[in-house]
Amino acid sequence: MMMETDAITIQNLAFQWRKDAAPVLNLPVLQIKRGERVFIMGSSGSGKSTLLSLIGGVLLPQKGTVTVLGQQLNGLSNAQRDSFRAEHIGFIFQMFNLIPYLSVVENVLLPCRFSRRRKQNIENRGHSLQDEAERLLNHLDLPRELLHRSVTELSVGQQQRVAAARALIGSPELVIADEPTSALDADRRASFLKLLLNECAEQNTTLVFVSHDSALEPQFDRSVQLADINNSVN
Amino acid sequence: MHILMLAFKSIVNRKFTIALTVFSIALSIMLLLGVERIRNDARESFASTISGTDLIIGARSGPVQLLLYSVFRIGNPTNNVSWKSYEEIKDHRLVAWTIPFSLGDSHQGFRVLGTNLDYFNHYQYGDQQPLEFSQGKPFSTVYHAVVGADVAKELGYSLEQEIVLAHGTGKVSFVQHADKPFRIVGILRKTGTPVDRTVHVSLEGIEAIHVGWKDGALDLKQPKTVDKTSLLDLQPKTITAVLVGLKSRLAVFRVQRYINEYPKEPLLAALPGVALQELWDTMAIAQQALLAISILVVLVGISGMATAILTSLNERRREMAVLRSVGARPWHIFVLFMGEAGAVMTIASVTGVAALYLAQLIARPIIQTQLGLFLPIHPPSSHELFLLAAAIGTGLLVGLIPAYRAYRYSLADGMTIRL
Ligand SMILES: Nc1ncnc2c1ncn2[C@@H]1O[C@H](COP(=O)(O)OP(=O)(O)OP(=O)(O)O)[C@@H](O)[C@H]1O
Ligand SMILES: [Mg+2]
Repeated sequence: MMMETDAITIQNLAFQWRKDAAPVLNLPVLQIKRGERVFIMGSSGSGKSTLLSLIGGVLLPQKGTVTVLGQQLNGLSNAQRDSFRAEHIGFIFQMFNLIPYLSVVENVLLPCRFSRRRKQNIENRGHSLQDEAERLLNHLDLPRELLHRSVTELSVGQQQRVAAARALIGSPELVIADEPTSALDADRRASFLKLLLNECAEQNTTLVFVSHDSALEPQFDRSVQLADINNSVN
Repeated sequence: MHILMLAFKSIVNRKFTIALTVFSIALSIMLLLGVERIRNDARESFASTISGTDLIIGARSGPVQLLLYSVFRIGNPTNNVSWKSYEEIKDHRLVAWTIPFSLGDSHQGFRVLGTNLDYFNHYQYGDQQPLEFSQGKPFSTVYHAVVGADVAKELGYSLEQEIVLAHGTGKVSFVQHADKPFRIVGILRKTGTPVDRTVHVSLEGIEAIHVGWKDGALDLKQPKTVDKTSLLDLQPKTITAVLVGLKSRLAVFRVQRYINEYPKEPLLAALPGVALQELWDTMAIAQQALLAISILVVLVGISGMATAILTSLNERRREMAVLRSVGARPWHIFVLFMGEAGAVMTIASVTGVAALYLAQLIARPIIQTQLGLFLPIHPPSSHELFLLAAAIGTGLLVGLIPAYRAYRYSLADGMTIRL
């Protein structure tokens, strides 16, 4: 059933945080194609973040398989999963995405410290790391004069753009966003989402975007209600 | 290593808080090394006060007391050695040379030592170094004096200057014999030993100071002009101590037993090396207490560092989550925090050692004049390097605690950003 064109394939997955607790997730199947931009909706506490950690290989399911970009994560060692994540996946979180003691550009280039492949991707296109970081930030509408500021001086909206640039740097195949807009007001939310979607389209990146805000749904290729696919009894 | 680069940037970012930790550890390391350095150097300086002498002989008391008053010129003897005994010791067939000491007087707070020319020929200090004159020559008559380097420097004395020597050892003498002036004929080169703080005159000179004195009071009936004193029979009846050099070191215990069993008066012969060690050992507890305290201070500094890192851990949990999301492994997080402990210890050690040398540079002249201890400035000894390494090692070991906690956190939290 798994196809080469899939970015993510989840089969018969069951995950529980503790042995004695009920499973948070029980997913018979979830498929996301390469290049797809998918919106996953679910109420608070429904297990959205847990699902994303499973896709990122930080957590392993007790049952079933998670396959990302053709690689079954269950079969990898902890170290291999950490480096797989660095090489292929970019993350954006709700807030506090940035390392306070690094500059804007250093934050954007952080994945290149852990992934040779993403660094290589930039160099293969004939760009320097610095140029690529600046290009991405420029695409995401971050004013140039902020580039060498301390990240603690940025507004929340600006911080989220820097986080988006970091997720996208070095062209990972998959970007996972965990409610990246929930700290933004309506205007900023719309513009941030537009910039993110544009950039993903340009690089043909698969985007998994999680939120409880159904207003964002129309802008995606497809949307999934977590409650609809999750058989667990939450 | 990228993660150490991150550790470095994180430290630079929090430089003010970390500087405080570094400062306290640096101070504690300076204290530890300083105490150790003073211990070792004082011991060396101490041990080199006298050398080449096989036996010190005085009236029967303890070896430490004998050493204190004869070599260190601290305190006073309880009893004397008769001139006759001295002559017998001098003529003993195993004895190569002797130096008679007559102590008990002072000049402006400096001790006056009555001796003879053998002092300049046989007295040795440090690594068997003989005494040398920076100016002038040994005394040759009753009213000649040879002063140590510190005496000349502190009192501003030069050759040919006339000085007055008083009876007694107080800094201010009640009665000074202004009528018996001594002339400085020699100034000794600096030795870093009590010799520097001594005024040397002949044994006859000491007698001359005391002419006209009886039982500590001025005897008005006696004539006491300079000329007449020179003419009197100034052969001393007693002396304070005798330094002895033997023809063969192998005979040292034999001669010692001979002196200790000397029938005509109770005498004591002490081996300088043994007495020095004994004197040093009496100070051992104080030294060890000092060392123990300074080790504790280092431990306090290190636990301060651990506390500071542990406190920062909670607010840095989101940073750890972000690092995990970009592919950092839990042990990267471990290294990040170990790197911090390592950097703190390294910077603190370098600062502490630098501060030690600075302090030594400032304190050295003061210690030398006040305590008579010569503390040379030298590169860290292997023992000091060992202490430093032990301190850094302890710091790293203690640093394992927050680093391991961070590791556990990052395993448990994964990419979850906890607030
Ligand atoms: N580290 C953890 N240990 C134990 N239980 C956890 C842990 N993290 C999450 N859970 C539990 O798993 C469930 C799902 O949590 P999760 O964070 O995935 O929800 P969510 O859908 O992301 O919610 P939100 O929209 O509020 O972020 C919750 O009941 C939560 O209490
Ligand atoms: Mg969540």
